[in-house]
Amino acid sequence: MNIWNFFRRLVTLVVSAIALTVTSLWIGQQAYSWLPPQGAAESVLVDNLISFLVTLGAFIFLGVTGVVVYSILFHRAVPGDTSDGPPIEGNITLEVVWTVIPILLVFWIAGYSYQIYQEMGIQGSEELMKLQLPGIESAYAATMDSPNEAVTDIDVTAKQWAWVFHYPERNVTSTELHLPVNQHVRLALQSEDVLHGFYIPGFRLKQDIIPNDTIDFEFTPVREGKYRLTDSQYSGTYFATMEANVIVESPENYHKWLKSIAKNQPSPATNQAAFEYAQASESGFPNGWSTVAPAQPPLVNYSGGKEDKQ
Amino acid sequence: MTNISVDTDIKIFGETSHPEPPTHWKEYFSFSTDHKVIGIQYLVTSFIFFLVGGIFAMIIRGELMTPEADLVNRTIYNGMFTMHGTVMLFLWTFPSLVGLANYLVPLMIGARDMAFPRLNAAAFWMVPVVGVLLMASFAIPGGPAQAGWWSYPPASTQNPTGNLINGQVLWLLAVAISGVSSIMGAVNFVTTIVKMRAPGMTFFRMPIFVWAVFSAQIIQLFGLPALTAGAVMLLFDLTAGTSFFNPAGGGNPVMFQHFFWFYSHPAVYVIILPIFGIFSEVFPVYARKPLFGYKIVAISSMLIAGVSGLVWVHHMYVSGTPGWMRMVFMLSTMCVSVPTGIKVFAWVGTIWKGKITLNTAMLFALGGLFMFVFAGITGIMLSSVPVDVHVNNTYFVVGHFHYVLYGTVTMGMYAAIYHWFPKMTGRMYYEGWGKLHFALAFIGTNLNFLPMHPLGLHGMLRRVSSYAPEYTFWNIIASLGAFLLGMSTLPFIFNMIASWMQGEKASDNPWRAIGLEWEVASPPPVENFEEIPIIISEPYGYGKSEPLTLKRGEEISVFPEETLEQEESTQEELSQEESTQEEPIQEESEIL
Repeated sequence: MNIWNFFRRLVTLVVSAIALTVTSLWIGQQAYSWLPPQGAAESVLVDNLISFLVTLGAFIFLGVTGVVVYSILFHRAVPGDTSDGPPIEGNITLEVVWTVIPILLVFWIAGYSYQIYQEMGIQGSEELMKLQLPGIESAYAATMDSPNEAVTDIDVTAKQWAWVFHYPERNVTSTELHLPVNQHVRLALQSEDVLHGFYIPGFRLKQDIIPNDTIDFEFTPVREGKYRLTDSQYSGTYFATMEANVIVESPENYHKWLKSIAKNQPSPATNQAAFEYAQASESGFPNGWSTVAPAQPPLVNYSGGKEDKQ
Repeated sequence: MTNISVDTDIKIFGETSHPEPPTHWKEYFSFSTDHKVIGIQYLVTSFIFFLVGGIFAMIIRGELMTPEADLVNRTIYNGMFTMHGTVMLFLWTFPSLVGLANYLVPLMIGARDMAFPRLNAAAFWMVPVVGVLLMASFAIPGGPAQAGWWSYPPASTQNPTGNLINGQVLWLLAVAISGVSSIMGAVNFVTTIVKMRAPGMTFFRMPIFVWAVFSAQIIQLFGLPALTAGAVMLLFDLTAGTSFFNPAGGGNPVMFQHFFWFYSHPAVYVIILPIFGIFSEVFPVYARKPLFGYKIVAISSMLIAGVSGLVWVHHMYVSGTPGWMRMVFMLSTMCVSVPTGIKVFAWVGTIWKGKITLNTAMLFALGGLFMFVFAGITGIMLSSVPVDVHVNNTYFVVGHFHYVLYGTVTMGMYAAIYHWFPKMTGRMYYEGWGKLHFALAFIGTNLNFLPMHPLGLHGMLRRVSSYAPEYTFWNIIASLGAFLLGMSTLPFIFNMIASWMQGEKASDNPWRAIGLEWEVASPPPVENFEEIPIIISEPYGYGKSEPLTLKRGEEISVFPEETLEQEESTQEELSQEESTQEEPIQEESEIL
């Protein structure tokens, strides 16, 4: 009888564990659909990590809440029953197990994240050069020595509230970021005033930009198309307007585009913040609180893509 | 054994307190030094500011119903989210939890008041000052601070008004005063818990709520000076033209972020630890079982407090932080999940096979537990650097911390208010209204904050007053949830006022709970205990039918008063007489 009971419990446990695992794996696969299309090599890596964490998270969430829901459903006090439950004060084995398992999980997650981070090799702060972790160093060296020599250098300037991209290759500027597909891109991020953040959700990449500091930021776009660059670090009144289009195109088109805009004379770009600020000033009556005035719209060779917004 | 010997000179055995009729309402508006009056003062004041912060939140959600910035001007929107965060943190979560701790800690450890009653009152009366300063900033030219509750320079020091007195200056003053108030509170709590425990109340007989408050207030002591110093330096940058953080003058803006997060991350644990304490108090009562793994839960509070001081850079992964620092803080951050996980498992173990009663307090605690598990999982995702590089500063983070601060902290706060309402007021609340409140709050919270996760994964940034049209759907759902949450406070307010005025009279212990606070009258008399109780067993003795305290008759017959004043020797005799308690005390003396 006891053995039969034990057997029944074991079967229940195994069946629920399998159901839980299958459900979690399924939810983990769904995670890919919660994310924008993968625009860069790095986004593939990040999405795999997110899917892994969602799988693990779903397992834990459903496991824990499942037990609680089961208790709520089946361990209710009968009305009028004022007796206490069994005085179980703890179980050393169980407590050790559920301390050791999270520790192992933490090292697993940290190790996997570390590995993904290494593969991304996004650089970031220059201080990286001064004190390096063993793994990071090799990843950095790999990006430096990689035979994929064709590195596109672009200077990015952020100011309240505009993006300006400078392409040293032809010494031209734009307010729309053009990138050649499947080529390693190296950006030099600079800010003229406050903190800003360089963020392209389609690439899963983000880096704050700090005044008086040039930050090296590297990645590889892998899918042609149009993406959105946004300011990700709050920068004042018109923060939300600080967007720019990102066009990933074939290297031929990219170079063609650079060549064509080099013919344009630099002219003031349209700028949403300056537009709204002028409108508010013209309206004459106080509308809202004091604000920092937007910087002059940048002079660029090309400011396509933004006109339709106004 | 030193831990139980320290306070015998304070509590002379046999001294009687001065029971008085329940407090007159006018006393709540006075400089009272009674910890229970101060506790209620904190709770009511902070709840009023909770409503103010909630109105700001609904204005924010109203603006975000549409992609364009059309409901309010962008400057007003920025002021709203800045003040929403500031009010909710510095005027709701911190003071409400300090209020609850103020009310409960002396009762739970068998003390007649806090260690420094006047300091306690002074700390409280700084809270309305903070509130007045922040509200006054709406009335001055240029409006309130608009740089977010982080106030990162240089954006926070740009001062477009040109005035010396501007919203940002008032904001910094308010934060500094709030910091001073919290430090004063922390000194008081730590002293009270170390020095004022009743005889027999060893550290490992303290209720978990007391452990949680103890660890949380230790964090305040080491963390707050950093934030207050950062705020003062920023104030100098803003008003006196110094360049601590101003890059144009050679300062380092990232330095401020370190000052800020060195406190403001541990601050999350200052907020969440007492909520863990509440869960640990509420689950055993309504599951009728002892807290599973009491000692490991107590120790894990201290572990969380310790680790919390070593994780702050995870807020700065993308702020020009070098790779090695990202990796070190990723590991330390993930380590927080170990003691936290222990607690979650302990609560599950407590509920398992219990005899569960689903009243309002238990519903709120269970709802809070569910949402905390969810928040913990998204928290682990955020601690992973590559994931954070994508979702940092997006609505994923906003969703995560609202699951913590609303889903867990505010739900836990409600659980506590319902659970101890009969003790505080001497009256029962209306169960039906309480359950309606729970249903609205639980649905509203999930409707409001769950959609923020897909928004964040798709890259919608926090603090934007306008957004790309493809984010509209989830934003409308979130806004509806926000308005529902706003509505959910109405049955609560009605229930509290009506029950306090004419609810059914509560007995001393309506929940048949085990704890010192349930052994005194409801509401407790001034100075709580006529005689200081002598504690002879661990808390949460559900199902064990062992007494928590020594009964008056027994102690007189067994121990003459003189011996009781002789500190630890008495305690050992005492436990030997009680025979069951001999071993735990010896173990503790080794541990401590």
